[in-house]
Amino acid sequence: MSDASQTIYPDHYGQDEEGLAPPKKRTEEMLLNMGPQHPATHGVLRIVLDLEGETIVKATPHLGYLHRGVEKLCENSTYSQIIPLTDRLDYVCSMANNYAYVRAVEKLLSVKAPIRAEYIRTIVAEMQRIAGHLFWLGTQALDIGAMTVFFYTFREREVLLDLFERLCGARLTMSYYRIGGIDRDLTEDIVLDLRLFLSSFPDKVREYNTLLETNRIWIKRTRDIAVISAKDAINFGLTGPTLRGSGVNYDVRKAEPYGVYDQVTWEVPLGKNGDTYDRYWIRIEEMIQSVRIITQCLDRLPAGPIAADLPNITYPPRDKVMNDMESLIHHFMIATRGFDVPVGEIYCATEAPKGELGFYIVSQGGNKPYRCRIRAPSFIHMGAFDHMSRGYMISDIVTIFGSYDIVMGECDR
Amino acid sequence: MHPLAQAVQEACPDAVLAVSEALGELTLSIAREAVRPVCQALYARFDFDHITDVTAVDLTHEVPRFEVVYHFYSISKNQRIRIKTRVPEDDASIDSICDLWKGANFLERETYDMMGIQFNGHPDLRRILMTEDYDEGFPLRKDFPVEGRGWRDRFDFPISPAQEGGS
Repeated sequence: MSDASQTIYPDHYGQDEEGLAPPKKRTEEMLLNMGPQHPATHGVLRIVLDLEGETIVKATPHLGYLHRGVEKLCENSTYSQIIPLTDRLDYVCSMANNYAYVRAVEKLLSVKAPIRAEYIRTIVAEMQRIAGHLFWLGTQALDIGAMTVFFYTFREREVLLDLFERLCGARLTMSYYRIGGIDRDLTEDIVLDLRLFLSSFPDKVREYNTLLETNRIWIKRTRDIAVISAKDAINFGLTGPTLRGSGVNYDVRKAEPYGVYDQVTWEVPLGKNGDTYDRYWIRIEEMIQSVRIITQCLDRLPAGPIAADLPNITYPPRDKVMNDMESLIHHFMIATRGFDVPVGEIYCATEAPKGELGFYIVSQGGNKPYRCRIRAPSFIHMGAFDHMSRGYMISDIVTIFGSYDIVMGECDR
Repeated sequence: MHPLAQAVQEACPDAVLAVSEALGELTLSIAREAVRPVCQALYARFDFDHITDVTAVDLTHEVPRFEVVYHFYSISKNQRIRIKTRVPEDDASIDSICDLWKGANFLERETYDMMGIQFNGHPDLRRILMTEDYDEGFPLRKDFPVEGRGWRDRFDFPISPAQEGGS
């Protein structure tokens, strides 16, 4: 740590021109306000930094600028009406949020989606993971000053978003998952284009890797920055790549397999040092693993229905709704009145691109949840922010919260 | 009974009020005073090193009114546990567990912000999502209206002279 009294202010600081005031040095700590409007905060985040020279002594995050009361709204919406609300949590990975919510409700109802739906869910969730990690990679490099990667990753992300658009009609707020199934089936031409993407994607990842690994500045700004030990990472409740960067082998997809993750072969990449570079490497590897998962799922994709045969819960098929009066009424009833869920409570965790996204739902019967608690990884990661930023330089601050893959929509809910 | 529940009961006698297993999840209902001893035992003796969540539920028509819910996870044993305890409305406070799990800091702050439950011994118990000077109550309590409270439910914005005379 540098001595602030020696380096920052010259000796004549505070002296007027005639030299009457005695020369003085300023040695107190400086408070610096960062945000809420700051291009690198990925939303609206305010941080108050206590600085000693350029070194961070304490960082106090002030959250809540994007608080929309989603948990309160959930208590006043039927179970299906909550799906579009979950889109707006982590708005760059809405499929992952849909999946987490839908799984929690299905567990509470003790229903299962048909096997084809489970396959498609897994495929789409992994597509979303790739899109989410691409978004992270591009913006993280951009924040640090390596601009080129941003254009490359967004080019590939665009391909995936186009596929999502063809699949469900939306690019960001997808609301694709349904309780007991999914909204629409994968068509032949989407599968064809997805395979085309998958065949070329590993080469693209190598391309990003070359762009960054040969960038000395980027390496210097990520290696040994924001180091967190495995013990601390667990103690703070970190999850996802942020936890695995410290070498802790915890992935919900392996620990409590859901979807068809236990039927395909893939590995959990683990870091060693727990620094920003390791977290980068993990996300890069996860994209490759996602390609493996999707390819195997596509190869084995079984035929069958895409929604469970539960007339109380799942919507009737779309073409019937458009042409058949009874089906239209049926659809209307589920959409407006919803369905009753038995009394009970559930905590269901899902591995979202950012970490463990959990829904704790308390039902007292009826068509609305009594309490819907969202355990958002970004919020919990922000809890470790002060610990991880102390002792680093002010220019590292963007790297540190960038390395969480933070999205404020999810953090503030 | 679940072996883990049995072990916790032996480690902290009189602390566990009820044990339930539903939907594959283990839930222990404990006395409010026993939160710290039980959490200490879970942390130190039963390897629950990962804090998943701290939250509260407002059971309006029951006495005591609030239920504080903890979720812990053991990475080495791949086991989850839920701890529940009741807190009355007139003395909505409970011991903090921040010194055991540092991650509890933000979670307890959020529970305080949303439900108004005091955590004794918390190092920095301030509002976290709402502004620090917010004084219209605790938004996730059931008696708080969805539309909000205060100026938000009135919309008595001053009308500008142009609007008054025109159209």
